[in-house]
Parts: sequence; C-alpha cells; structure tokens
Amino acid sequence: MLQYSVVMKRPPIFKRCLQAMVFNTVIALGITTFDEKGLVVNLVYSQCIGLSIWSLIEAAHGTLVRDYATQLHRMFWIVPASVVLGYLAGTAISSVLLAHQSLGLLVHEPRKALGFLFISMAAGGVISYFFVSREQLAMARLDLARTQADIEAAQRQATEAQLKLLQSQLEPHMLFNTLANLRALIALDPARAQDMLDRMVAYLRSTLSASRVATHPLQAEFDRLRDYLELMTVRMGPRLHYTLDLPLALATQPVPPLLLQPLVENAIKHGLEPKVEGGSITVLARLAGAAMVLEVHDTGVGLPPNQPPGFGLTQVRERLHTAYGDLATIELIATSPGFTCARVTFPA
Amino acid sequence: MPPSPTTALIAEDEPLLAQALKAELTRAWPELQVVSTVGDGASAVAQTLALQPDVLFFDIRMPGLGGLEAAMELADAWPAQSATTKPFPALVFVTAYDQYAVQAFEAQAVDYLLKPVQLDRLKKTVTKVQQALANHAQPAIDFEATLSQLRSLMRIAPSPNAVPLKVIQAGVGNRIHLVPVDEVLYFEAADKYVRVFTAGHDYLIRTPLKDLLPRLDPHSFWQIHRGTVVNVTAIDTVTRDEAGKLWLQVRNRPGRLAVSRLYAYLFKAM
Repeated sequence: MLQYSVVMKRPPIFKRCLQAMVFNTVIALGITTFDEKGLVVNLVYSQCIGLSIWSLIEAAHGTLVRDYATQLHRMFWIVPASVVLGYLAGTAISSVLLAHQSLGLLVHEPRKALGFLFISMAAGGVISYFFVSREQLAMARLDLARTQADIEAAQRQATEAQLKLLQSQLEPHMLFNTLANLRALIALDPARAQDMLDRMVAYLRSTLSASRVATHPLQAEFDRLRDYLELMTVRMGPRLHYTLDLPLALATQPVPPLLLQPLVENAIKHGLEPKVEGGSITVLARLAGAAMVLEVHDTGVGLPPNQPPGFGLTQVRERLHTAYGDLATIELIATSPGFTCARVTFPA
Repeated sequence: MPPSPTTALIAEDEPLLAQALKAELTRAWPELQVVSTVGDGASAVAQTLALQPDVLFFDIRMPGLGGLEAAMELADAWPAQSATTKPFPALVFVTAYDQYAVQAFEAQAVDYLLKPVQLDRLKKTVTKVQQALANHAQPAIDFEATLSQLRSLMRIAPSPNAVPLKVIQAGVGNRIHLVPVDEVLYFEAADKYVRVFTAGHDYLIRTPLKDLLPRLDPHSFWQIHRGTVVNVTAIDTVTRDEAGKLWLQVRNRPGRLAVSRLYAYLFKAM
C-alpha cells in the first residue's frame, strides 16, 4: 500500500472560533435593524448564544463524528440539540453579564423567544452546513487525489516492468556483441551472416511483440529459443551446445510467449558464460499426467548458494501466476554439482 | 641487430571476434605479430607471462577472470623492473558495452575499443600504442602509471547496495556466529568463499569479497591484494623483502600477508 504525505487539515480552532464570532456579529447587526434594544446588548446576546452553540457543535463534532463516511448523519441531531442547549445557556450567560432578567422573556414573551430560537436554529444550521460541506468537499478532493496517485503509481509500475523486461531482452551487451559477430561474419561467411541476421530479426520481432498476445503454440516458443540459441552459438562457438526436445504431440500446446526465454538466458549467463570450457543446454517439454512440464537444463558452473531470485526468474514466476494462478510452479534444481535445471509446470 | 618485431596478444572469448580483431589488426598495423589468441582471463595471464608480448588486447567480459582482473593479476606477477626484463605491455581494453568502464577509460591513458571494432578507430589506437611503445624510455614510471590506471578502473565498479556492515554473520553447522566487523583482522578470498579471521577464530562466509568490499569502511579496511582485505588497525609491521615485495604482519596472527604491487602505494613511512 502506498503512503500519502497529503493529509487533510481543518483550520485551527481559534480560526474557527473567530469565524463563528464574525457570523454572530452579522446576526447581531441584523437583529438591531428591527429590535429596539441597542447594538451592544444584541452583540452580547448574539456572541453568548452563538459561541455556546458553536462550542457544543464543535465538541459533539469532535467526539461523535470521527469518521465522515459513516458518522456524518449524526450532525442532523447534533446541530438542533446544540442550538437549543446553546440558546438556553447563551441566554443565561448574557442575563448574568447584562444583569437582565432575560430568562423571563421565555415566560413573558414566548413568541419573541421562539423567534430568537428560530434565528439561532437557522443560523446554526446554515453555518454548520457551510462548514461541513466545505470539509466534505476537501475530503472528496483528497480521495480523488489518492485514487489518481494510486492509478498513476500502478501505471508507472507497469511501465517500469515493461521497460525492464524489454531492457533485459535487448540487453546492450548482448546486442552489440551480436552485431560485432555479424560484422565479422559478413566478411568471412556471407551466407551464414545472412542466416544470423534473419534469426536476429526474428528474435527482435518476437521480443517486441511478445506482450501483445496471451499465448502462442509451444512450437513457436521453441522456434524463438532456437533463434536465440543459434545467435549465441555463433558468439560462443564450441563453448555452447544445445538440444531442443519438443514432442510433436505437444507442438500446438499454448504457452505464454517467450516464457522460457529468461530461463535459457539465465542458463547461459549464470551457467555457461562464467565457465571457461562452456557446456550444453537442453530445453524439453513433456506431459506429466494433466500437467505440462517444461525444463531448461544446463551443465554450467552450478547454482550459487542462497542466491535471491533475479529479475528473469521473478518475471517468469509472475507471468505464470498471472496465467495460471496457483496451479503453476517454477523451481530451480541443482540436479548434480554444476548441473542446473529450471522446471516450469502448469496445467496442459 | 635488426629490431625485433612488435608482438601482441588477444584475449577474447568469442572466437569470431578474436579472428576479426586479428584480421583488422593486420590491416591497421601490418608489422604487428599476434603471437597468441586466448579465450579467458587466466590463460591471458599465463600466456602473457610466458610470451611477454608488447601489446595486450583484453576483452572486459571473459569467463573466469575478466579483462580488468586479468590485467591486475598480470601487473602483480610481472617480473620486477631491471635492465634485462621487458617493460609491462601496453594495454588496450575491448568491450561491447560497459557504460561505467567507458567513462573511466575516457579519463585514463589506457586505450579502449568498442565492439564492433572499426578500422578507423583501430588505427587511432594503433598510433597511440606505437607512441606509447616508442616512449618506453622510463619503463619504471610507465609501469607506475599503468598501476594507478588499473587501480582507478577497479574502483569504478558500481555498488548499488552499499549498506555499511556492522556484523559478519558466519554460519557454523546449525548456528550463526555474529562477529563485529571491528573484530575482524582480515578477510581472505578462498575459492567460492571468504575466510574471516579474528584474533581467536576464523570463519567461512559465502559472500564474495567483491560484494563485501563496498560494505566495509574504506578507511578501516584496505584491500592489499586481489583476495585480501585487511583491518588497518590490525597491521603490526610492513616489511619489504629482497625482491621488493611487501609483506604485512598482522597482530595476534601467525604468518604474513602479501601486498600486491597495485596496493603497495598504500604503505609509506610518515
């Protein structure tokens, strides 16, 4: 899972308090236009009631609405309850402050009291709605940003994997050495140079198009391996011998394209190349019950101990998993000292 | 006495490429005699010592010893300078694609060739080598220059996971011994393994020296030979023998360690 450094931030509490006070002042100014009491009195009432309501909503919001996705509906009763309680508390506080008997208003002028409660309710509702929806919008933006980051990360990973695969197949060392051999062969043996060039074209073409089809017949897989091994034989001369053993009955079996390529490359790179006298490679296909078994054997320097799987092996494992899930296996076996076998098994 | 012809050795594991280089050389430098063509680093060292050619063309990637390693081994084994010995051969490295090496070669006087080798480029190399051979007036200085070039070439190998090592984990039977790196007196490459020596014990580990080296503090651990890395504080004395070779005596350990010519420069009296 990816970690995000983006964290949604609410404005700090003093700023929210200040915003509430600004609203309260506006309400006081509004009431003063039709009320006979002075602005000061209205301001005290408005701030006391407004701030009481604000603190109640703030406290309830902080403790009861921790998760926006599942608990936001609680605001529907938090707001009215806070307004009623805040209205009563605010009125009581301002009576004390102004030495008024304002609580008497509830008894003597219930209509006016209800009017003020209504104003408080409307203001509280509007303000809460404004802030909550603003936060919700911010959350939604954050969600979108996360989703986009996820998608971008996944795309980047896929592109990197593809690039790495291509890079490993068009490894510059292999490419330039092959071209150097081709250049030498043109002067020495033009017919063989032409054959080498044809194989190189086939190898490059299959490498570049391998990701476009899900499977190809085993015969095609073995043909591509032959191209690659022929190129390597020209390069390594008598240090490389190879055998491809594909029973005719299995020639049409579908297989993910170039699945075995990294295994044959590994056999050469880690098995035969470091060995001064070279050795041989055998690739074979056989059926074991309902399972298709493909093996790449080499007589190179043998498996190094405790070697973590490299890019080639990991890539083959991932492709097998994508195609066959848990039904496919891949194992590296030290058949005897210096002899290595990579075995792939999947449902035929 | 007519001057003896200039001789060369080619070390290249791909037979067609060796053949092609030889053919191109006859066109670029007709007088040059290629006395031997070998396909691996170890043979290159042995044949060079036996035939003492004037010019060496070493492929960088070869089975067994690579071109750089072979050159280092050769520098160490080359007979000490005297009036009768031949100067160390002029070295030309050949490579298909080695980003890092090419950068280093650019900075060094050692010449290099990129595969496929092209005649025009080869001619330039030939001119360079001919000049170098003509200037062999002070072979001792020449040899020192080659040693320093090889040293800097060896240092450019990239080390991706150079996390400093604090303890060596050495498996003994079904147990793993944790040996603090500071307690290690020296490391010695032994076939596929590395032997780790402390004051009281020695252990075998499977991490190759070349993987171990980037993870050791270069101020505390000095490579003194292709196969030896020593803890500086564990060195007691350094002695020069009659042949000019340096030997280290390590504290709390019998025997002595040979210092390769490449690393002799590390030891100087203050």
